[in-house]
Amino acid sequence: MAELDYKIIVGLEIHVQLATRTKMFCGCELVFAGEPNSRVCPVCLGLPGALPVMNKQAVEFAILTASALNCKIAKFTKWDRKSYYYPDLPKNYQISQYDLPVGENGFIEIPLADGQSKKIRIRRVHLEEDAGKNLHSGAFSQVDLNRAGMPLMEIVTEPDMNNPQEVATLAMELQRIVRFLGVSQADMQKGHMRFEPNVNVVIKKDGGEFKTPITEIKNLNSFKALEKGTAFEAKRQLNEFLERGEVMKSGNKKTFGWDDERGVTVLQREKEEAHDYRYFPDPDLVPVTVDEKWLTDIQSGCRELPLAMQKRFITDYSLNDYDAGVLTADKDTAGFFDEAVKAGGEPKRICNFITQTGLKISGEKNCRVSQLGISPQRLAELAKLVAGGTVNATAAAAIFEKMMQDDSEPQKIAESLNLIQKSDEGELAKIVDEILAANQDAVNEVKSDGKKSKKAQGFLMGQVMQRTKGTANPQVVAKIMNERLK
Amino acid sequence: MQILKLTCKNLRDKIAAGEIKSINAVSAVFEQIEKNDAKIGAYISTFKEQSFAKAKEVDEKIAAQKPVGALAGVPIAIKDNMCSTFGATTCGSKILQNFHSPYDATAVEKLLAADAVIVGKTNLDEFAMGSSTENSGIKQTVNPLDYSRVPGGSSGGSAAAVAAEMCFAALGSDTGGSIRQPAGFCGIAGLKPTYGRVSRYGLVAYGSSLDQIGPLTKNVEDCALILNVIAGHDEKDSTSIDEKIAPVQDWLATVNTKPQNFKIAVVPELFKGADSEVVAAVKNAIEFYKKNGAEIIEISMPHFDYAIATYYLIATAEASSNLARYDGVHYGHRSKNANDYIEVYSKSRDEGFGPEVKRRIMLGTYALSSGYYDAYYLKALKARNLIRGDFTAAFAKADYIIMPTSPTTAFKIGEKTNDPLQMYLSDIYTIAVNLAGVPAISVPCGNDNNLPIGLQIIAPAFEEAKLLQIARLFEISRP
Repeated sequence: MAELDYKIIVGLEIHVQLATRTKMFCGCELVFAGEPNSRVCPVCLGLPGALPVMNKQAVEFAILTASALNCKIAKFTKWDRKSYYYPDLPKNYQISQYDLPVGENGFIEIPLADGQSKKIRIRRVHLEEDAGKNLHSGAFSQVDLNRAGMPLMEIVTEPDMNNPQEVATLAMELQRIVRFLGVSQADMQKGHMRFEPNVNVVIKKDGGEFKTPITEIKNLNSFKALEKGTAFEAKRQLNEFLERGEVMKSGNKKTFGWDDERGVTVLQREKEEAHDYRYFPDPDLVPVTVDEKWLTDIQSGCRELPLAMQKRFITDYSLNDYDAGVLTADKDTAGFFDEAVKAGGEPKRICNFITQTGLKISGEKNCRVSQLGISPQRLAELAKLVAGGTVNATAAAAIFEKMMQDDSEPQKIAESLNLIQKSDEGELAKIVDEILAANQDAVNEVKSDGKKSKKAQGFLMGQVMQRTKGTANPQVVAKIMNERLK
Repeated sequence: MQILKLTCKNLRDKIAAGEIKSINAVSAVFEQIEKNDAKIGAYISTFKEQSFAKAKEVDEKIAAQKPVGALAGVPIAIKDNMCSTFGATTCGSKILQNFHSPYDATAVEKLLAADAVIVGKTNLDEFAMGSSTENSGIKQTVNPLDYSRVPGGSSGGSAAAVAAEMCFAALGSDTGGSIRQPAGFCGIAGLKPTYGRVSRYGLVAYGSSLDQIGPLTKNVEDCALILNVIAGHDEKDSTSIDEKIAPVQDWLATVNTKPQNFKIAVVPELFKGADSEVVAAVKNAIEFYKKNGAEIIEISMPHFDYAIATYYLIATAEASSNLARYDGVHYGHRSKNANDYIEVYSKSRDEGFGPEVKRRIMLGTYALSSGYYDAYYLKALKARNLIRGDFTAAFAKADYIIMPTSPTTAFKIGEKTNDPLQMYLSDIYTIAVNLAGVPAISVPCGNDNNLPIGLQIIAPAFEEAKLLQIARLFEISRP
């Protein structure tokens, strides 16, 4: 098998649950807890006479995402009914979009391991309503319709991925984009994002080209599962081909389910023929016209995507890949960072304020960094104080916390807290001498230049800092200490 | 004074003035129902206790000189395809025979807000599919003027209830003529407003792009009064008319204004299919308008002939999807003979739906099926545009179009039940109006062997005021 010439072909169908306030076509709030069938109304229950009303926010989220995925945005789009009978589908049709999706013909750029990136084409982005859930217990099945009518965005890629890593990378990149745009919580475990790969393999053998039958994999609930499932399925198809010579015939698409525990895909069903969904325009809804102004307003929310921003932070601000990645995990943080840097803050220092202090506090407070009460301009001023030696890093952290309640200049806050850095050599030399005199053992340790020398020097520095309540300029103290301990 | 002879507006005025108590009107109505409805069969359900309670409440408010609504104390009936939190909402179908809606339709809410007394819900062809009310899965309704004949349909129960004085007005729904045709057959007025004028929220859908709620009343003035109450944009119905485009008006205030300098279009080729007595009565009405200042012009509507075929593709396609939810899973009839979930669907639907509903579901399913969509549904949409174009062209030349409501008067019960196509043809004059979405009214314009003949007047979209005025002119001063 080693010399076998083959290529894996994968396309993805992705469902993203949008983080809108209400469901797709009714006023029920999107809440994820609650007794079965408690988050419902006549519309999402599909009761006789009830009528859907479009959720404008969902459309805006879809347009925003489709724009971010470089799609052509439809000027005119509409709603279609997709008919099939299933107990979790209350109307026995799903309101979806058939021939005029919100967006078409886009692409997503995904980072590759070698630092390059690859473009994966996006076929379409459309909106639809979710179904409920069937619960099976004993001889009876029950239906919970809390999820029915929740807004789903379906994204379909072209089959442009050629290995399982690319599939997982695309999934993670897409998760980052939708989180960055704020259109979805995108938690895979909670089912906010569902990835269904369509996999097959093209094999070159004996001068001919053979294609294995395309299969769809369901039940992939983590990025790891997505990668492993795709890899397993490609391998399974290769084996099928080698053992039985199975190749693609028309209409024999099968669906496999991923068994995470056993690490295998299991045949769920064979599609004998294409299902006839009898799509037709939903007469209960009016078509949507996307005019220039609306589109511009929506798109103003996504001028730069996370991957592009991450690259810019690395090139323009000399950040490392990790820091740039943390900052671009969400749009708010990235934007806040960018503004603070543009206001004159040194990038690495701003980055440290945000990643070491800001994100920690905002995480505790369950808010965004921009909502901590500190403006990017003020943060830049604080960074300048540190850079100029007015305050040191320890003091800066204390000033940062004070700044959350106090919009004064950081300089004034530093003064009021007595945190202005002491850089006066005469004054500091006096303190250093006192500390050295009181800690003769440590002094000897340093002078011995032995194993513990560095540690002892650190201890002495700590004593100076303690005495000065953290306001001593560490560089000046180090300089004096080095002279004394020569 | 005989209360039951009063019109809706007269009764409303007298109740408001304290001359008549609502409770007396309600009593009179229930006496009439108890006396006659066993034979006529107009009602599926009545709400006697609730009606008396509401009447008492209105009478007390009036005695205390508190403000009351525009229909305070007036007994009204609603077609049983409008959802109400009281009583069942059967749609004339066994599949929904025991369905109790947890919410009120917007039109029902508006009636209640206007202090109307909703006395009962009326019979209809199952899911409003039919022209004689013979397709009801619940009961038979007869024409109050001749018990051997149909009341028309699908709002046959509403028309019969008004004609038999078992209420003062009723709401119906009109998808292809279901208000106008029974109004014509029972000798009363029936208005189908512009599509979207009245919210469809809570009207159990048949053909969503065609369905429209409207009044069946004793006269045109009452149509205006009821329209005042039920019309208006509803944020729960995306297809209801934007008030910025066509605001609601006080149609009652303008209904008695005499129209001036108006043009009426007639389509001579359309008279060919109608009974001679019907043609004569409609021609008399045209003569009347001529004498009252109308200019009559003859036009042709070249695509009118395609209306029935177009309608039976679009309405059934929509119906096949709208009725998919009646599957025995969530509510409604569930078969006791099902062995698995597929059989829950198939047997519940087989047992719950009547033959005409099944016929239309199958027809609509076929029209939407892969490989047939372009040839049927899509082509029907194109034909619909051409038919709309015929109306646009007509209204560029004239203010109104006049034609019969139906080609015949009320036919015998059973006469057409074995021939669906003959039955469908009884809507030949009304169906095109729904495809175009424009408003139309039927008013009595004569008799043939003591059976009423309906005159249909059609106006451009949103022109209910003009439509009601010209119909009212005929009603108050016809020979």
